[in-house]
Amino acid sequence: MRSLQFDIAHLLAGGMVVLSFLLLYQDRITAMLNVFALQAITLALAVAWQAHFGNAPHLYVTAAIALVVKGFVIPAALHRIVRRLEIHREIEQVLGGGLTMILGLGLVALAILLVVPVGPGVSLLAREDLAFALAVILLGLLIMITRRNAVTQIIGFMSLENGLVLAATGARGMPLVVEFSVAFSILIAFIVFGVFVFRIRERFDTVDVGALDRFRGERSGDL
Amino acid sequence: MIIPLDAILWIPAVAVPLLALVPNYRLGAVLNVVASGLTFAAGVSLLFVPRARSDILIIDDFNIFLVSVTTFVAFTTSIFSASYVGHEIETGRLTPIFVRFYHALYQAMIGAMDIALVANNIGLMWVGVEVATLSTVMMVGIYRTPEAVEAAWKYFILGSVGIALAFFGTILVYLVAQDVLGEGLAAMAWDRMVEKAASFDPRLLSLAFVFLLVGYGTKAGLAPFHAWLPDAHAEGPTPISAVLSGLLLNVALFALLRFKIVLAANPDTLPVGVIMIVLGLTSLVFAAFMLFRRRDIKRLFAYSSIEHMGIITFAFGIGGPLANFAGLLHMTLHSLTKSAIFFAVGHIAQVKGTQQIVQIRGLSVSHPVLAVGLALGVIAIAGLPPFGIFLSEFMLVSSTFARQPLLAVVLVIGLLIAFGALLLRLQQVLFGAPSGPAGQVKASYIPLFLHLAFVLVAGLWLPEPIVRWFRVVAAQLG
Repeated sequence: MRSLQFDIAHLLAGGMVVLSFLLLYQDRITAMLNVFALQAITLALAVAWQAHFGNAPHLYVTAAIALVVKGFVIPAALHRIVRRLEIHREIEQVLGGGLTMILGLGLVALAILLVVPVGPGVSLLAREDLAFALAVILLGLLIMITRRNAVTQIIGFMSLENGLVLAATGARGMPLVVEFSVAFSILIAFIVFGVFVFRIRERFDTVDVGALDRFRGERSGDL
Repeated sequence: MIIPLDAILWIPAVAVPLLALVPNYRLGAVLNVVASGLTFAAGVSLLFVPRARSDILIIDDFNIFLVSVTTFVAFTTSIFSASYVGHEIETGRLTPIFVRFYHALYQAMIGAMDIALVANNIGLMWVGVEVATLSTVMMVGIYRTPEAVEAAWKYFILGSVGIALAFFGTILVYLVAQDVLGEGLAAMAWDRMVEKAASFDPRLLSLAFVFLLVGYGTKAGLAPFHAWLPDAHAEGPTPISAVLSGLLLNVALFALLRFKIVLAANPDTLPVGVIMIVLGLTSLVFAAFMLFRRRDIKRLFAYSSIEHMGIITFAFGIGGPLANFAGLLHMTLHSLTKSAIFFAVGHIAQVKGTQQIVQIRGLSVSHPVLAVGLALGVIAIAGLPPFGIFLSEFMLVSSTFARQPLLAVVLVIGLLIAFGALLLRLQQVLFGAPSGPAGQVKASYIPLFLHLAFVLVAGLWLPEPIVRWFRVVAAQLG
């Protein structure tokens, strides 16, 4: 019974890593939003599983926040923004799909090599959970780097936050204060992002961050 | 007797909604000064009450002087900000509604930095650094020009990555600590960790520190994670440049040093000092060369901040009582000097109507007082005697020479290059035929010269209690 419990925890955490890979090569914003919502729901399940078997009922709150806010509210809001900005078609990528996937695989290997052999202080389950979480975090970073569009960078950042929540809930008995603060920071992050997307749209008529490059402060000094 | 401790957290907390509701920008500016002044008074009174700790908050030798410096610079900057904002409203660059927003965010940032400094819980410390960063992001973008939006966006993206990595590092530290200290709040209390650090798992602790170093190092503007820093300094309002350079970078570095102390108490960890030396020297040499090609005066001093953060990180990387002492002293004095320089630069940019160095000429003729302020500030930051930064740099160079002569050569070369670049730019700005409008500005000279006076005094004589605190912390830092 105990091993089944481990296996399901692994399945859910592993599922998040797979969904990160899906995010990595999606080339349409709406599809990316849907995958992100799916990842958030998987996160909610993983956290709820932890809450049930780790004897940590307060984690249900974190699970509920992940499910409601990141699984539904934020994707719905971003869908609206994307439609209003009329950017729901193609999104450009800096690197090709194949190269990105290879980089992603390298990052997952790195995460495992860094965390799994750390020593006896932490249980194997916690270490493996941590490796999955680190993989999601690193893949989130990779998504942010390979995308040039403001909305997809937001998705990359939120996917990275998913990894953080997975890591925080995997750490046994980590005080609730921290989980709340994570939820809080996501909220703030979203507000800030929203403000910026709005401004960038307003000022440039594009949400392509690449278009900002020509406004580099130093260059305007050449005049 | 933790009343002053409560006060430095509650005053900003009350001031944020209050300032957001005050419609008159003059009243807002005054209230901002009053709130910052009260916080400063509470910060100073901490020096006179017994040390206290709980699992959430702590006052010890390390943060007690940083709380005083932070609340002091926040107070003087709020005075500068009042005259700066008045001018921005007159010229129409900011509207009253944005100034309301700006004042509320200013207090939010000060409160968040105070939380980060007095937190004993490493999660709470992270939240403090966090909120301070997010509020500065919004302030950097406040002019809403394309440049400002780009700067804020870049700051936000790089800042978030730093935030995320620092948080992961924090989780790892908790995992290490809970093995020894048990689950719950106790395993996040920094002072308990230091006591028990010797029995922590060294491998995981070292791994955690690498994440914290990259995470908080991004916030501290260390190369190669510095890309946000020059843009954020150049495009935001100048009072924000002053607190960014003078305070936020220090607070990020402070968070990192808290963890350095935990590592120093465990003999089996990786030699993380080496990584800090490499990051510090990279930042120093890189920023020193970048100083030559700057055309924007705020950007120039932003690169100078990267240079000095590099020097400080290098000092703590070298370690040992003398280098750590130099690092702590340098942290304090850089904070005072750089904010003074930004006070001068802010008014200069306002009177000349530009931040481009080529268009600012003959300042010594048109605005002699500002010119003297800027000149003294640059002389101090370049490390010339009798100012205090000469003292800390001299201590650092001599202790490095004694232990790692080759590194000292690189350090000295970096310092000299930066010195040359800064003096070159300074004489371009000061001399020549005066350019631009010759109008005067209602400048606040008191904060500017007060800071410089402190830096001068520190170069001549350091009060005994400060020396004692620095010694204790330098010993803890290993």
